[in-house]
Amino acid sequence: MSATTEPDVDQPPRRPADIEAMPVRHPWRWVSAGVILVLVAMFVHWLVTDTALHWDVVWKYFWDPAVRRGVVMTIKLTIIAMVMGIAIGVALAIMRLSLNPIVSGAAWVYIWFFRGTPLLVQILFWFSLPSVLRQVSFGVPFGPSWFASDPKTLITQFTAAVLGLGLNEGAYMSEIIRAGLISVDEGQTEAASALGLSRMQTLRRIVLPQAMRVVIPPTGNETISMLKTTSLVSVIGVFELLYTVQVIYGRTYQTIPLLLVAVLWYLLMTSVLMVGQYYLERHFAKGSTRALPPTPIQKLRVRLLGAAA
Amino acid sequence: MTAPPMVKAEGVHKRFGRLEVLKGIDLEVAPQEVFCLIGPSGSGKSTFLRCINHLEKINSGRLSVDGRLVGYTEKNGRLQEMPERQVAQQRREIGMVFQRFNLFPHMTAMENVCEAPIRVKREARDGARARAREMLDRVGLADKADNYPSQLSGGQQQRVAIARALAMEPKLMLFDEPTSALDPELVGEVLDVMRQLARDGMTMIVVTHELGFAREVGDRLVFMADGVVVESGDPREVLSNPQQQRTQAFLSKVF
Repeated sequence: MSATTEPDVDQPPRRPADIEAMPVRHPWRWVSAGVILVLVAMFVHWLVTDTALHWDVVWKYFWDPAVRRGVVMTIKLTIIAMVMGIAIGVALAIMRLSLNPIVSGAAWVYIWFFRGTPLLVQILFWFSLPSVLRQVSFGVPFGPSWFASDPKTLITQFTAAVLGLGLNEGAYMSEIIRAGLISVDEGQTEAASALGLSRMQTLRRIVLPQAMRVVIPPTGNETISMLKTTSLVSVIGVFELLYTVQVIYGRTYQTIPLLLVAVLWYLLMTSVLMVGQYYLERHFAKGSTRALPPTPIQKLRVRLLGAAA
Repeated sequence: MTAPPMVKAEGVHKRFGRLEVLKGIDLEVAPQEVFCLIGPSGSGKSTFLRCINHLEKINSGRLSVDGRLVGYTEKNGRLQEMPERQVAQQRREIGMVFQRFNLFPHMTAMENVCEAPIRVKREARDGARARAREMLDRVGLADKADNYPSQLSGGQQQRVAIARALAMEPKLMLFDEPTSALDPELVGEVLDVMRQLARDGMTMIVVTHELGFAREVGDRLVFMADGVVVESGDPREVLSNPQQQRTQAFLSKVF
């Protein structure tokens, strides 16, 4: 601001200079970050140097065909159980909102039972059921049957696993879907019935599509959770990931390396699902938020290339 | 008026639990009449409107539209509840416009208007779309056919809602405070559409706070309070020279 500068009439009025003040210091942030870094370094050091972990064994079995079959079985169980859970969940949610007390009561009892008993017990129960059932048949209730089968061939380890996981998941999914249905404004149902749409048409065309926004994020959580829960069926001898590595270390006594194989595979699969869920939620946030939040990759780019990028 | 009434209410009562909202409503709405209902909030005017298309069940009295009881059939002097299918059948001849529009947010304006003709009347898709475009044109929104409700102003949304009701070719239109949720500068465009509809001879029952509209377009005005009809007559007459004390009190607060 010297007196020699000529006032320039064409220039817009000068903006005052940016403030350059001393920032507040945060010594404890540095201390806590330091402590954490030291702990992480110790952990990594242990992982790398401890020969008992046998990384060579981990690496060898990571690609073992039996382990890969186990991974495929885990994925298969997850998909089947989730599809079954969602189908049952939709049915139960609609039943619970029914005006018929017997129908809504039946749905309530189902949810009460399957949420009220441990999943592990349910899996064991389905697995053991053939030993008490003499025959499974379809036909007129209390009357003649059209189709009969030996339960021992009908309920294999795989079907017991699917029944246990899927029926249980149905109870949890129904609560998620019911919350979604209730979240839709009542005015929507009124407008639809004022136009002459039936209750089923209103549900299918108007309410369910709008409920999806609320239903999708927790369903993603359930899927991630289901992927890990499938390990429970190892107790009935289904060759999914956990049981497969258990059988191998039962033979080779390399327990920790093989459990590490399982841990790494589970982490890999849940990470893929988490990324998928992130983008799914972002997609369904459209319409409710004006500007979508940046993706992690976009954030990273801004960090590395500066705010100007 | 010699034509049989479009809507006929005799001693209509409606209770919500212990609360009696309608305490005996008697009135008749003639075909092609524009019938305005005013009154303080809680007076039961919206509830009465919702009884007409059976969104609410009446507890006693008789209510009929175009000579048929609403929600019931009469057999040998006894009333029978209508099955859902027949109620829906009755409703599609009665259009309704809501205070908060209630457009389907996941559908475009065009899809909102097409939905009922295609699903309920089983019209062919092409024909329904062509007529939907006509209806949108009628409310001045042909160029917004592919917009979602969230991309439209309140006034435009309400006009789409009117087009959606008109697409079912109703013989009676119910308006439940159609301009109450609108910004003041958007009220006019909705009233214009309603004015045009009245000129085309549509029978309309309008619950409203727009006394100017009632005075100008209405054929009859009813003032309701505490679940009863307090006063009714020619809108210009009732508004400028109310006979009852409660009407006078209400009008003095509104103006």
